[in-house]
Amino acid sequence: MCADTATKKDHEEGTRREFLNLAAGAFGAIGTAAVVWPFVDSMNPAADTLALASTEVDLTPIQEGQSITVMWRGKPVFIRHRTKAEIKAAEEVPVNALRDKEEDKDRVQKPEWLVMVGVCTHLGCVPLGQKESETKGEYGGWVCPCHGSHYDTSGRIRKGPAPKNLSVPEYAFLTDTSIRIG
Amino acid sequence: MKNSILSILVVACAVIGSVQVASAAGDAKTPRQMDWSFSGPFGTYDKAALQRGFLVFKSVCASCHSLDLIAFRNLEALGYEEGQIKNIAAEYTVMDGPNDEGDMFERPARPSDYFPSPFANTAAAKYANNGAYPPDLSLITKARKDGANYVYSLLTGYKDAPEYVQLMSGQHYNPYMAGGVIAMAAPLSDDQVAYEDETPTTADQYAKDVVQFLNWAAEPEMEARKRMGVKVLFFLSIFALVMYGVKRKIWHDVH
Amino acid sequence: MAGGQREKFDNPVVEWVDSRLPVFTLMQKEYGVFPTPRNFNYFWNFGAIAMFMLVTMIVTGITLAMQYTADTTLAFNSVEGIMRDVNYGWLIRYIHMNGASFFFIAVYIHIFRGMYYGSYKQPRELLWILGVVIFLLMMATAFMGYVLPWGQMSYWGATVITNLFSAIPLVGDDIVTLLWGGFSVDNPTLKRFFALHYLLPFVIFAVVFLHVWALHVTGSNNPTGVEPKGKQDTLPFHPYYTMKDTFGLIVFVIIYAAFVFFMPNALGHPDNYIPADPLVTPAHIVPEWYFLPFYAILRAITFDIGIPFTDIALIEAKLGGVIAMFGAIVLLLIMPWLDTHPVRSARYRPWYKKALLVFVFGVVVLGYAGSQPADKVYWQTCIGSEAACSASDDHHGVATDTAHTGDDHAKPEKAPMVLKFDNTMLAQIFTIYYYVFFLVILPLLSRKEKALPIPKSLHEAVLAKAKASAAK
Repeated sequence: MCADTATKKDHEEGTRREFLNLAAGAFGAIGTAAVVWPFVDSMNPAADTLALASTEVDLTPIQEGQSITVMWRGKPVFIRHRTKAEIKAAEEVPVNALRDKEEDKDRVQKPEWLVMVGVCTHLGCVPLGQKESETKGEYGGWVCPCHGSHYDTSGRIRKGPAPKNLSVPEYAFLTDTSIRIG
Repeated sequence: MKNSILSILVVACAVIGSVQVASAAGDAKTPRQMDWSFSGPFGTYDKAALQRGFLVFKSVCASCHSLDLIAFRNLEALGYEEGQIKNIAAEYTVMDGPNDEGDMFERPARPSDYFPSPFANTAAAKYANNGAYPPDLSLITKARKDGANYVYSLLTGYKDAPEYVQLMSGQHYNPYMAGGVIAMAAPLSDDQVAYEDETPTTADQYAKDVVQFLNWAAEPEMEARKRMGVKVLFFLSIFALVMYGVKRKIWHDVH
Repeated sequence: MAGGQREKFDNPVVEWVDSRLPVFTLMQKEYGVFPTPRNFNYFWNFGAIAMFMLVTMIVTGITLAMQYTADTTLAFNSVEGIMRDVNYGWLIRYIHMNGASFFFIAVYIHIFRGMYYGSYKQPRELLWILGVVIFLLMMATAFMGYVLPWGQMSYWGATVITNLFSAIPLVGDDIVTLLWGGFSVDNPTLKRFFALHYLLPFVIFAVVFLHVWALHVTGSNNPTGVEPKGKQDTLPFHPYYTMKDTFGLIVFVIIYAAFVFFMPNALGHPDNYIPADPLVTPAHIVPEWYFLPFYAILRAITFDIGIPFTDIALIEAKLGGVIAMFGAIVLLLIMPWLDTHPVRSARYRPWYKKALLVFVFGVVVLGYAGSQPADKVYWQTCIGSEAACSASDDHHGVATDTAHTGDDHAKPEKAPMVLKFDNTMLAQIFTIYYYVFFLVILPLLSRKEKALPIPKSLHEAVLAKAKASAAK
């Protein structure tokens, strides 16, 4: 009888100890996880970085056939005032022939203004083709000097290793001649 | 042994405590102790008071004092909507550039811009203020001992100078300022700023509101900090109890 | 550490690693079954707590370094950017800022523990010296870290402390110029302080490793100061002390967190929220609280030390202060040879215990003295005429003119004497005690003090204590 209660007590002691150990382990794990997050999150963009994430651009000085490059979030953004011929060329490409299938009209808000991030979708170099003097590649748009990706007058990938078209950032026309990117 | 160590600890704490007080002493009068909505471990900012305080800052303090560390986007914490913030920002002009022609140009401020300073630089500020530099106010309540109470006491504590204090022109008497002499004239007077709500438009109320605003400017993280602190302390207290249980169980058969 | 006599682990992955590099065996030996005296009290938690603080400081410090800019024009604002814009930046910075204080709290208690229970004595002298080296490195690191936010106290603290080196005869000024990298504390100074502030914690870490290594060679001291004689006197480190340390650590962290979240600036100085201005010195320059006792010793030497009755000064006051301050730490280094009494623990040394507690009190008072203006007067009285006294007294500008009106010409022939007790004298008294404690009291007690009977073994001491508490 005496031995019986003793083992029972031992048993209760055991479960209680196990419970405590489990609880302590859980608290330790939760605590550690909760501490790790602020340190990781501190490396995400800070509030001032996010606040500067939009850029306004005045389009008036850009003549037809000219391009400008502006900085947005530390990256170049290509803004091209396209000629009639370029628009026509872009619109006439059969979509099915493209690697990354996109209609030209889905890539522009106004056909004469092409706005896109000037970063090759292959490995992040800046394609040539912005200046008159630079080569525009086999499709009259842009060509990346790093690994030879050719983009057409809509900034779509036509030849070379890049998997996707040059990306179009979020932007809005504030007036007929100015836009805000981001 | 235990008692003697305890008493040493008590003395040590008392000394550390008094160090805090003593280092502040100087010649200045101890600030009046106010009961702020943001004091205490659960204190929060009063949004209405923050907005009124901002109004007072904008219409009174800002004519001489800068607020370098605050951007218009930060005003969201005062309870303003995005559109309101844009409108507030647009009231100010900031220098930008260079443009394509290489010139600097002025444009209306955007939410991402910081509050423009009233003076181009320190020298200009000193020149315009009889040689006294109006300090930046973004950290003022942290940069002074007992900051919130100090700023409030200073703003409401102007008095006629006692006989033994000789003031030069451009100087004023304020017992809360170290040395009693201050270059800033009493900035607040009754009915100086129109409030949109029913709050009394007295100098005392302005001072309270602007202190609320300045304390926010110095410690915008305060509410988040205290909220997190309550959770952390709660968590740790339970954890400590559990660990105490674990430790006791383990040591049970040793003692 | 040799891999020869290794026990096998059940887990095949652990076994695979361990048979090639016996890290698990090492951990098991040094932190698992490591025989530890069974009678530790909570003072023995502070080594582990100090270790935790070191890791905390390194982790938060590296995170802050990712956002901080070491340039005089940008440093202050980059710190405020961390406080305002970086996600959880305020949290990480306040943990780091208050962490310095709590690291020192843990280490000061740890040092006190060592002194009280005689942990510095043979055979643990080297362990103790390594500890003092860690303490010195911590002071250097903390000082340079305090400069980084480039506030008023940062700038003027850096100016004052680097100027200490100008007291060195002949080459002092050149050394200071070298430290500054210019003609005042400026951009080059800030940049090198940042580089060193980043480096030194890892040096500390390395010395801590040696400190722990040395500890595991001699084994821990314990409250009785009697060496454990066998299994009955020890317990395996895990789980007994791992769990006890964890519990103590959490209690410590609760206090630490209370500061971080509810009074993050209570231990700092408001002036450091004013950007550095080389043209304006703050009214009172005060170092961080953990340096105050040493600062008080520095300021206590206000007189030249020279050949008596001549004007020849061998050591000028400025150099004297610097020597006294660094000497205070050197004394700690040689403490094992100043106190050679065979009994370790103050429990059995009533005189040593009293002298040590007065020493601790003295250090606290020195800390207080360091926080006060040097010329602060605590008490004064006049011998001779009161009128003459009040006339010679320094006015504080306010309302003293009412006192002496009637008896302006009372006993003018007798020169007044003012007896006063000021802050410098307070610091001097306890600086003297600091030195007397080490250089006179310790050697004297080593020879003369008769110790109380010490327990024959640890086991016996523990049993006696258990019996006593059971009898109650």
